[in-house]
Amino acid sequence: MKQYVIIGNGTAAAGCIEGIRGIDKTGSITVVSEENHPVYCRPLISYYLENKTDLAHMNYRRPDFYDKMGCKVLYGRKAVKLDRENQKVLLDDGTELPYTSVCVATGSAPFVPPFAGLETVPEKFSFMTVEDALDLEKAVNPKTRVLIMGAGLIGLKCAEGLRDRVGSITVCDLADRILSSILDTESAKMMQKHLEENGIRFLLGDTAERFEKNTAFMKSGKQVEFDVLILAVGVRANTALVKEAGGEVNRGILINERMETSIHDIYAAGDCTEGEDFSSGQKKVMAILPNAYMQGHAAGVNMAGGEEVFDRAIPMNSIGFFGLHAMTAGSYEGEALEEREKGKYKRLFLRDGLLVGFILIGKTERAGIYTSLIREKIPLDTINFEMLKKAATSAAFPIEIRRKMFGSVV
Amino acid sequence: MKRIFVKEEWCLGCHLCEYNCAFANSGLRDMVKALKGKPIYPRIHIEGDDRVTYAVSCRHCTNPICVKSCIAGAISQTDGVVRVDKEKCVGCLTCVLVCPYGALAPSESGVMQKCELCLQNSCGEPAYVKGCPNGAIVYEERGESE
Repeated sequence: MKQYVIIGNGTAAAGCIEGIRGIDKTGSITVVSEENHPVYCRPLISYYLENKTDLAHMNYRRPDFYDKMGCKVLYGRKAVKLDRENQKVLLDDGTELPYTSVCVATGSAPFVPPFAGLETVPEKFSFMTVEDALDLEKAVNPKTRVLIMGAGLIGLKCAEGLRDRVGSITVCDLADRILSSILDTESAKMMQKHLEENGIRFLLGDTAERFEKNTAFMKSGKQVEFDVLILAVGVRANTALVKEAGGEVNRGILINERMETSIHDIYAAGDCTEGEDFSSGQKKVMAILPNAYMQGHAAGVNMAGGEEVFDRAIPMNSIGFFGLHAMTAGSYEGEALEEREKGKYKRLFLRDGLLVGFILIGKTERAGIYTSLIREKIPLDTINFEMLKKAATSAAFPIEIRRKMFGSVV
Repeated sequence: MKRIFVKEEWCLGCHLCEYNCAFANSGLRDMVKALKGKPIYPRIHIEGDDRVTYAVSCRHCTNPICVKSCIAGAISQTDGVVRVDKEKCVGCLTCVLVCPYGALAPSESGVMQKCELCLQNSCGEPAYVKGCPNGAIVYEERGESE
């Protein structure tokens, strides 16, 4: 009987469990879960603060998931070493878990730069886990002045979640624009304006030089008084286990299209990994939930002796703030085409006759058709691209393709 | 399983399918009361241009990318039917970003909805199939592999 060990208990782990059980119904599965929760929807923590969901609805799978899948979950435990020679995972309480194969799904952790005086700040939080959200919920009241370090996805979703619970929110970022990892200058401006209209204040191109209790002394010379500080500067993939075992690690754990690391019988999936971006061919950490699930699933199938390749990972995000949605995908290289409508933004990126990326704000209907052009590398000269440029529609495809799409089992 | 297939050569582009869908999911008995003077949020829509039209609704894919991509664990597949749990959905639109068919759109409240083949409402079978005046949408078994 095979012995599977999954380190981590997030989305990639859930995918891995389902991948394994699709092939192997009897092998033992042990999940090492640092957090004391069954798998939950991590991206929903901001929606929790916003009262758009509650703890009961944030579970990623039904309560009987692990039982049904025949998994043992070790809660509150941390893996400290991968012992390759003896095929064992060592835990922080001294437990040794023998394995046939391992999936490292350790996710990522907040990166906190060494700000001077940070230790003097009485109320400071990260925003990565449901515990962070619960702690934050307790720490704020309608008068709280919040300072968020980092205008990325995490910092801004946190701002949205907190807006109706606090007195004021200021977000600062060293970059000169918000969401700099997914938006270009102009689209970032548009979203920033919308956030400002909804009461969020920004200090861009600026960061804290030092903290003194409840005051941030900024590089620009400004001083920001706050009650609660949120550190959302960035995240780092949790790669230590694989690195210390001698596996290849860059910014993330390097994986191939079967989710294999450079170490035999060790797989990895989710936010801790670095794989190939299908839209650009570059190695990247693509820490998004859909990739985590699909990588986890592929890892599970392959660990169980099946064959599943996941080679279509691309960066993509659907993210809304106060009712305005942005969707982005792929890479922003090559020729940029723009379609303008008032209050909306669309930029498509073309290279070598293919769509390789896009940024949409406001008008996001059927955007998956654009995503599929990237994912399937459909040559644009085989479709009515003039039509598709204006609106995402399958009517731009030739009739044979459309017949297959809507006239057969897909 | 039985699925929806469209015959674009028979589609008139009359949009009746959209109205029949919205009515079937309204929970009301009177079509006028359900639809008149209101914006409708059907789970099927007509696409095309001045030469060709056809109806688009969920394909209930054998390997649905929306299920794998949902950040809220709100989309699931049981017995082949892909469903949205509206209590869990937060309206992030990630499913819209990944569906290659453009088959999902938000409901009036902002959470997602999609064609669930009228299996959950009082119709019991897809209302837009029954109501299509030209037989351009069919609900039938066509085998699981191409």
